[in-house]
Amino acid sequence: MSAQPILTRREWLLSDRPASRMQARLGRAYVAWRRFSANRLALLGLLIIIALLVVAALADVLAPYSPTIGDLKNARLLAPGAAHWFGTDDLGRDIYSRIVYGSRWTLYVVILVAIIAAPIGLLVGTVAGYAGGWTDAILMRVTDIFLAFPKLVLALAFVAALGPGIENAVLAIAITSWPPYARIARAETLTVRNSDYIKAVQLMGASPFRIVLRHIMPLCISSLIIRVTLDMAGIILTAAGLGFLGLGAQPPLPEWGAMIASGRRFILDQWWVAGAPGGAILIVSLGFNLLGDGLRDALDPRSGDQ
Amino acid sequence: MSTLLDVEDLRVTYPTRTGVIEAVRGVSFQLGRERLGIVGESGSGKSQTGRAIMGLTPPQAQVSAKKLAFDGIDLMAASPRERRALRGNRIAMILQDPKYSLDPVMSIGRQIVETLRAHERVSKAEARERALAMLEAVQIRDPARVFDLHPHEVSGGMGQRAMIAMMLIAGPELMIADEPTSALDVTVQLDVLKILDKLVAERGMGLIFISHDLRLVSSFCDRVIVMYAGKVVEQIKASELRNAQHPYTLGLLDCMPRIDADRHPLPVLDRKPEWAA
Amino acid sequence: MSVADNQAAAGRGSAQAVAVLSAIGRFLAIAVTTYLGLLAVTFFIGRVIPIDPVLAVLGDRAPTAVVERTRREMGLDLPLIEQFYIYVKSALSGDFGTSVLTTNPVMADIRRVFPATLELATLGTIIGAVIGVPLGVLAAVKRGSFIDQIVRIIGLIGYSVPIFWLGLLGLVLFYAKLQWVAFPARLDVVYEYTFTPITGFYLLDAAMQGQWDVFYDAFRHIILPAALLGYFSLAYISRMTRSFMLNELTQEYIVAARAKGLSETRIIWGHALRNAAVPMVTVIALSYAGLLEGSVLTETVFSWPGIGLYITNSLQNADMNAVLGGTIVIGSVFIAINLFSDLLYRVLDPRTKAR
Repeated sequence: MSAQPILTRREWLLSDRPASRMQARLGRAYVAWRRFSANRLALLGLLIIIALLVVAALADVLAPYSPTIGDLKNARLLAPGAAHWFGTDDLGRDIYSRIVYGSRWTLYVVILVAIIAAPIGLLVGTVAGYAGGWTDAILMRVTDIFLAFPKLVLALAFVAALGPGIENAVLAIAITSWPPYARIARAETLTVRNSDYIKAVQLMGASPFRIVLRHIMPLCISSLIIRVTLDMAGIILTAAGLGFLGLGAQPPLPEWGAMIASGRRFILDQWWVAGAPGGAILIVSLGFNLLGDGLRDALDPRSGDQ
Repeated sequence: MSTLLDVEDLRVTYPTRTGVIEAVRGVSFQLGRERLGIVGESGSGKSQTGRAIMGLTPPQAQVSAKKLAFDGIDLMAASPRERRALRGNRIAMILQDPKYSLDPVMSIGRQIVETLRAHERVSKAEARERALAMLEAVQIRDPARVFDLHPHEVSGGMGQRAMIAMMLIAGPELMIADEPTSALDVTVQLDVLKILDKLVAERGMGLIFISHDLRLVSSFCDRVIVMYAGKVVEQIKASELRNAQHPYTLGLLDCMPRIDADRHPLPVLDRKPEWAA
Repeated sequence: MSVADNQAAAGRGSAQAVAVLSAIGRFLAIAVTTYLGLLAVTFFIGRVIPIDPVLAVLGDRAPTAVVERTRREMGLDLPLIEQFYIYVKSALSGDFGTSVLTTNPVMADIRRVFPATLELATLGTIIGAVIGVPLGVLAAVKRGSFIDQIVRIIGLIGYSVPIFWLGLLGLVLFYAKLQWVAFPARLDVVYEYTFTPITGFYLLDAAMQGQWDVFYDAFRHIILPAALLGYFSLAYISRMTRSFMLNELTQEYIVAARAKGLSETRIIWGHALRNAAVPMVTVIALSYAGLLEGSVLTETVFSWPGIGLYITNSLQNADMNAVLGGTIVIGSVFIAINLFSDLLYRVLDPRTKAR
């Protein structure tokens, strides 16, 4: 074999002629990462989300007190201080510890909604886009109907019927969040449906099921991920809103929206009880928004300078 | 012949993340009250030259010149306000496609009046009268009707005539026409050119005619500048075009099909890096 | 002028009429199916999800005879499709049943509380548009500048902050600490009984009757929640204005306007914004619809007696008729605004007229 010039890792990644699929994929990921990491705000967003994951994972270590059992005798409504960083609530519970544990519920809601809503949207959108005709017309009409609804009010009505609770809140939010994903998936499907390589797969006898699953869905993933990330903030805010109205997580769960609701009674004198969890919601939503914006700029070829 | 426009060593550069792009690299020419054609392929810098003279390069572009003077006014030293007062008033510009260069939500008449009222203090009624007269001058038959139409309601040829009216109404002395007929149907191209030619001749204006079509330019202009990669490769009187020396000019002349002779295969334009050096 | 132009002008009249008719037809079809969809979903929520809707109404301690009678009265012994037909028919005539909480017909309750919500959302949208549009324009014109960053940050926070939390903090600061605004309600108690509203928009009513003390009091009550909603509307409107303006400013007609020697002010406000205004109207209409929804949480925080507070109060008392009636009304207004903004877009853009 002839002596190949020794490549630096960077040259190998940016090679015009990748030798394997793996190299091509890594190369693309590298280019996207370089664009993403040039955006300082996007990195901040990523940092916030990583911090959220770490806090949720290590809640037992990071929280100095129990999130549910407070010291009613000595520690009611204490102002923030050395012993209780964010003060205590009306049941003498340490607010900092509750926020740390609350990160788990935030993640729980966000991940569950994404896992339920994104595949529904993907399925509806790709099937509608690939099948066309009546299937498309009917599926898209249903999607448009859901899109035309006020999301929060519809989620409220659902939870009202299903009964309060965090699982039902997740379900209600998921039911109201899939339509935009269907729209995106359909748009992506339409752009590739008539392309030659899909024709080629059809000629080789692949079933429509296989084509949609293996050849169309993967192409929709990246734009879907961007949209889901951008929606995360909205999901968190809706979940917190349901919690605030007493329809989401029930006491004594340390869910941030419910914490604001319970701090509302003391808002004029002990503002920190409601203030701290709201700050946590703001930071995490901001993190998802920044991350989503950054991902869109890095991955969406239309906004890039290609 | 008095000099209307004096350009010496004009350069337009764009700094980008990957380096500096030089769009125009030292263009020099002088222009009297005559018709000058600038010819080149897309990317040759011919449009950028026109826009630099107008002062319409985008903010990130850097324009420099040893001399850029219009009627004795140093354009490089002029303030943005002074340059704006010149634009539309003494130097005007016709853009390529009326579909995009006319404001879609404003009536044609109002767009013409707007130019006039930007430079002269005239009453609304007088402005309207003059706009109607101008529409008639570009051979629009029913000016009063066209005055109230929106750009999407007229054909491309009529849109371009409206554009000419809009740019001529304040009585400029120099007109820069940037591919004024490239977006039009072949059948109306000649009509529009004739109107432009007539008005320029009647008013004794200078004209810079920017085009990629060497034959069109040579039949229409007094003098031709051939640009390649941001540089002038040849400057020649239109009547002496057959004596052109530069291989690029010859290539441009040669790549046209002829009716009277079988030319198969058509020659392809040569591009040698040393021309750009 | 060419002959073709004349022919086109002559043919335009009838072609336009056909286009308008088919547009109206499509428009109505969308309106009807969307509204039926809304009713189907609320029907599903009210009648299908609960294991026993009768128990949901009566509670589980009602005697069997009452349960059976109510079941028949509610039409629950009929097949689902027939139930849905009856449901749609009564909903179309504005009958959403009786509120358990107030014992009034739900529609009467909603008619009473809805103006309060409309007043709040309208003022919020006005605040959002009046500030948001100029901010967005400036951000686009001075791209990358300080003001662009400010608009970006306003937008990011607007998209990330819980509205009810910001409202609570606003109460702490402007009501409790600074005492700039009045306590959460629509009017001071003194005026609640002396003031007789006409339209239900208190600011308007007070001004019409020349009761400027009431106007001032109503203003002190509405300004904080309206400013809060205005902020969210502003975040959205300024961001969209910015992106529309950036798009317009790259168009060729802007170059042409510059070549005419127009001032930058005239180019930006007279040409670019006029073009951006067409999609902006849609954005402002959607933002208005969004505020109607945002009012659910805002009204709860500010004890604002609108439809949002009505829904949440009913929720807490398991008053399903009221909840679903409120949902349908907000949903209908939402759908109407959506469709209306679509229509407005066609009317405003001269390019769509000829087609």
